[in-house]
Order: sequence, then C-alpha cells, then structure tokens
Amino acid sequence: MSGLTEEIRLPEAGGVVRLTPEHKLILSLIEAGSRVLDLGCGEGDLLLALKVLKGVRGEGIELSEACIQACVARGLVSVQHGDLDEGLANYPDRSVDYVISTNTIQVLHRPMVLIREMARVGKRCIVSFPNFAHWRVRSQLLLKGRMPKTLKLPYEWYETLNIHLTTIHDFRDFCGKAGLKVLREIPLRTSPQAAYTEVSVLPNLRADAAIFILEDAKV
Amino acid sequence: MLEEGSVGIVETKHFTFAAPPHEMRLECGRTLGPITLAYETYGELNEARDNAILVVHALSGDAHAAGYHHPRDKQPGWWDIMIGPGKAFDTRKYFIICSNVVGGCKGSTGPSSVNPRTGRPYGLTFPMVTVRDWVDTQKVLVDHLGIKRLLGVVGGSTGGMQVLQWVVSYPEMVRLAIPIATTSKLSAQAIAFNEVGRQAIQFDPNWREGEYYGKTVPRHGLSIARMIGHITYLSDRSMHQKFGRRLQDKSAYGYDFRADFQVESYLRYKGNHFVNRFDANSYLYITKAMDYFDLAQAYGSPEEAFAGVKTRFLVISFSSDWLFPTYQSKEIVSALRRVHAEVIFTEIQTDHGHDAFLLESQQLTSLITNFLSHGWKQRS
Repeated sequence: MSGLTEEIRLPEAGGVVRLTPEHKLILSLIEAGSRVLDLGCGEGDLLLALKVLKGVRGEGIELSEACIQACVARGLVSVQHGDLDEGLANYPDRSVDYVISTNTIQVLHRPMVLIREMARVGKRCIVSFPNFAHWRVRSQLLLKGRMPKTLKLPYEWYETLNIHLTTIHDFRDFCGKAGLKVLREIPLRTSPQAAYTEVSVLPNLRADAAIFILEDAKV
Repeated sequence: MLEEGSVGIVETKHFTFAAPPHEMRLECGRTLGPITLAYETYGELNEARDNAILVVHALSGDAHAAGYHHPRDKQPGWWDIMIGPGKAFDTRKYFIICSNVVGGCKGSTGPSSVNPRTGRPYGLTFPMVTVRDWVDTQKVLVDHLGIKRLLGVVGGSTGGMQVLQWVVSYPEMVRLAIPIATTSKLSAQAIAFNEVGRQAIQFDPNWREGEYYGKTVPRHGLSIARMIGHITYLSDRSMHQKFGRRLQDKSAYGYDFRADFQVESYLRYKGNHFVNRFDANSYLYITKAMDYFDLAQAYGSPEEAFAGVKTRFLVISFSSDWLFPTYQSKEIVSALRRVHAEVIFTEIQTDHGHDAFLLESQQLTSLITNFLSHGWKQRS
C-alpha cells in the first residue's frame, strides 16, 4: 500500500520478498515458531518472510483475487479470500499468537469492529498505520491549504481508499475505547529506501507511521 | 492429428469386484455386487506410486475426462482443458485416474445394468447409492491400482462432494484436496431443483416405474430435467450475454408455441442431446445421492468430520454460481479453519455461474497448477 519496499532475497521462498519498513520491524518483533494471522496479506511477502526467517506458521486474509493467486504461486498454504469488514467469524478465540494488520485499518469501514475481532482472535495484535499528524501532512494543510499527499499517503483525495485516517494520539484513544491495552507504541520515521528509525522526541509530529502492540484489556 | 497438450487416444477400462458372496454393504443398508467401475487413466504411475490424482466427476460426467476414444471424435473428455501434458493436471508429472460413479450409466454398475440374479436390468430394484458409497468404491479401485496414498483428489459440484467425503472417509490417503464449486450439504434450493427434474422423469408416461429398458425411454421427462439443470448451471448475466432476447432462425415472433428465442432452442437442443447419452433412472439415483449428502450428519458437525485432517486444501468458488453459492464454500473453509487445516480459499470472479468449473479459465488453471506443484515438491 505505501509503495516503499525493500527487496530481500529469500532463495528458500523461491525468490525475493518485498518488505515495507513496518514489515521489517514486525519481523524483528515476532518470536520464532509463533502462529500469525496477517490481515490484508497482499501477495504474502510478510508471511513468506516470517515463514522462512522465523519458522512462523502463518495465515492470511486478502480481498484481492489476484493477490490470492500470487500467494498460491509462491507456495503459501493458508490464505483466504475475504473482506475484513465482515470480521473474523471463522477464527476461534485466542487461536493465534499474533494478529497483524499493516497499513490496512484506515481503509476499513468499521475499524472498531475489526480491532475488537483482532483482540479476540489473537493473544496479541500488531497494528501499523500512517500517522496523519506527521508534520508533512500538517504543513500541506496549514501552509498550502491542500489535501496532504506524502510518500505514505500518495493518493488524490478522490481516489484514496484511506477513509479512516488517524493520528498516534487518536489511535491510542481508540484502543482504550475498544477495550484494548497498549503494550507498546513504536513511532517510526521511514525512508523511501524502506529504512526506519524509531522516534522518541515529539513522536506524533515527527513519525510518519506507527506500530502499536496491543492485547485485550480484560485478559 | 491431435492437438498439442492432448493425452491422445484413450480407452475406458473396467474393474469388477464385490462378487457374491462378498457384496459391498451400502450406506442405505442394502448390499450390491458384483460392482463394475468404468475408469480411465492418463500419464504414468511413478515407481514410488505417489503421483496419483483422482478426478471425480459431477452429475452427468463419466470416466472419460480427457483425450479421445477415436481419432474422429468431435469432443474430447469432459475436463480435457485441464488434463494433459503441460496442463494443470500435467500428465508428464502426474498419474490421473477418473472413474464413473456407481448408479451411473457410463460403464459402471447402475440401474441400466443387468442384474445377474434376474438376467434383467436392475431398474428401480437398484439399491440407493450415496456419495459415501461412491467414495468407498473408488477406494477399492485405488487399492486395486496399488496406490496407498493419493497425491490429490479433485472435483467440481457433485465431484466436490466426493472430494470432501474422501478426506473424511480416508483422511490418511489424501495429501491434497481441491473441492470446487461445491458444498458440505446440499441446500433446500438445490434439492428443490433436483426434485423438479425427478418429477419430470417420473411423470413421463414412458418411465413406467423405471421399467422402460428395451422400450421407449422417458425422453421428454429426462430432457426437461436436463433443461432445468442447465438453467441452474448458468447465471442471469451469462444467459443475457449468450442469448439475450435474440430470436432463433427468424426475424419476427411466430405467435405460436414453437421456439422463438435462442434460449428456448438452446435448452431444447441440450435436453434432446442429453437423452441420447444418459439414462433417466441414473439421473434419479445420482440426484438423490446429491440430496442425501450431508457431510457432518454422521459426525455431529463439519469440524468433527474434519478433526485431525492433515490434508492440504484448495477450496474454490465462483462469484456468479447461485446453485452452489460462495457462502457454502466458506462454510467448508470455516470448518477446516477451526480444525487448523491448511486451506487456501478463493472466489473466482466470473459470469459463467456454476458451469465455470468446466470452462477454460486462466485463474482456475493457474491456481490448480501452482497448488499441485508446491504440494508435489513438498511431499514428504
């Protein structure tokens, strides 16, 4: 979705995978051998990298038929064609270690429904999203009076699928309202080369993306 | 000259078993024997005997899935687009088996076969056979061919039911399963269409309680049953594209009850054509087997039926299929998910309705090709 990826050669997976900065960070977070569900898994790049590099047993859900075709061609064995706005009804409670959603929550019609579903199905959830409070976004609106367009948000307002954009502050509040506990916030500054650095000073202004690690507050 | 990618000239073989007193006990409680299965094979069984794929056919299919019986045959086998050298079921790699179901009329024992006890065709004295019985007979054939474990079982529609039943009845024998445009239990709507077809046959005066062999066959009834079937295999959009309101061989309405519209003429042709190649009693038996199919019934739930399966699945549905709609495939996937089976599910966008599984489709071909080749590489 964000378009900025790094190609990593994985001969074991029969070629290369293209990872976003968020993917690379998530790859470092997940313990080897975990069970993972990737929501909006695309062509399966993260799932393949997790499988080969971490021995993860992964599953994906993806809306695009072409992406499912690609996943099958790459040898993935658990991928389902489905619409995340319909929830995760097929997935029992606590059936995976991590439910991951990278750069997807902002395109859903009902993010609240999905985040609750994620917390039900996964012992932990990892959510990444573009930060709409990043200074480049703010300045385009403030100084130019224009709808923001950035590396993370490259679309024209009339073409974008991003209907529920959010900021780090707003997402934190949202998690509280959804009944989720924030275990860790990782604000990120990402580069066009798909590198990333964590941002500790003024994160909501300086981070163009963020990753939240969450769990159900009741557990 | 046969085209490239064809398995060429093939022959239907026959295998007979369950001769009295070793008749096979059927799900309905009755016994049947001897049982003959008509079957064809394509490609070579390898030395390890681990490259066999069983293809199971739908309602009106038969053992002739690929190639030609005679050089002058106009039509190849029913799934020739998928089976052959270089095709999805690549006969250079895999050994393909396809057999006609018991109760059918294409060489396997069915109601039109002669009952050796009476010397006359079984007719309605033929016992009711079920999807489970079909699978049990296929298992005997697979054993007979010396195959301990199938690389895959694949089929669409009623064939898909057999795929699911295979995994439940003989889980250790199926590495890869590809159920296409199918369901774990037939819906009320589909039973209803089957019943209208059966009524059409049974109300044909020539049906005579199934005792029509050697006499006039119930061609009107069977033809109507087939016409109804055809409507359910297409979609509103595909009928619109194929026929619209175009007239057949005329430029103005006839203001009578002969066929005006192309769609009428098409259905009549399909109905008539079917009568020449299919037995009305077989139509009754096979549709009834479909109606009875409910995978979970014997186990309590689909999850329990699939419990512990190691088979890897590729489940495929078609967006415009209203006879076996996508939600039914999703139910299968959901049950498989709950028992942690490895499953790929995809709904292919198409206007072709239920019939899509028999038609040329790049999506279907590439899904199956890739799924099989990864499964083949990863066989233990």
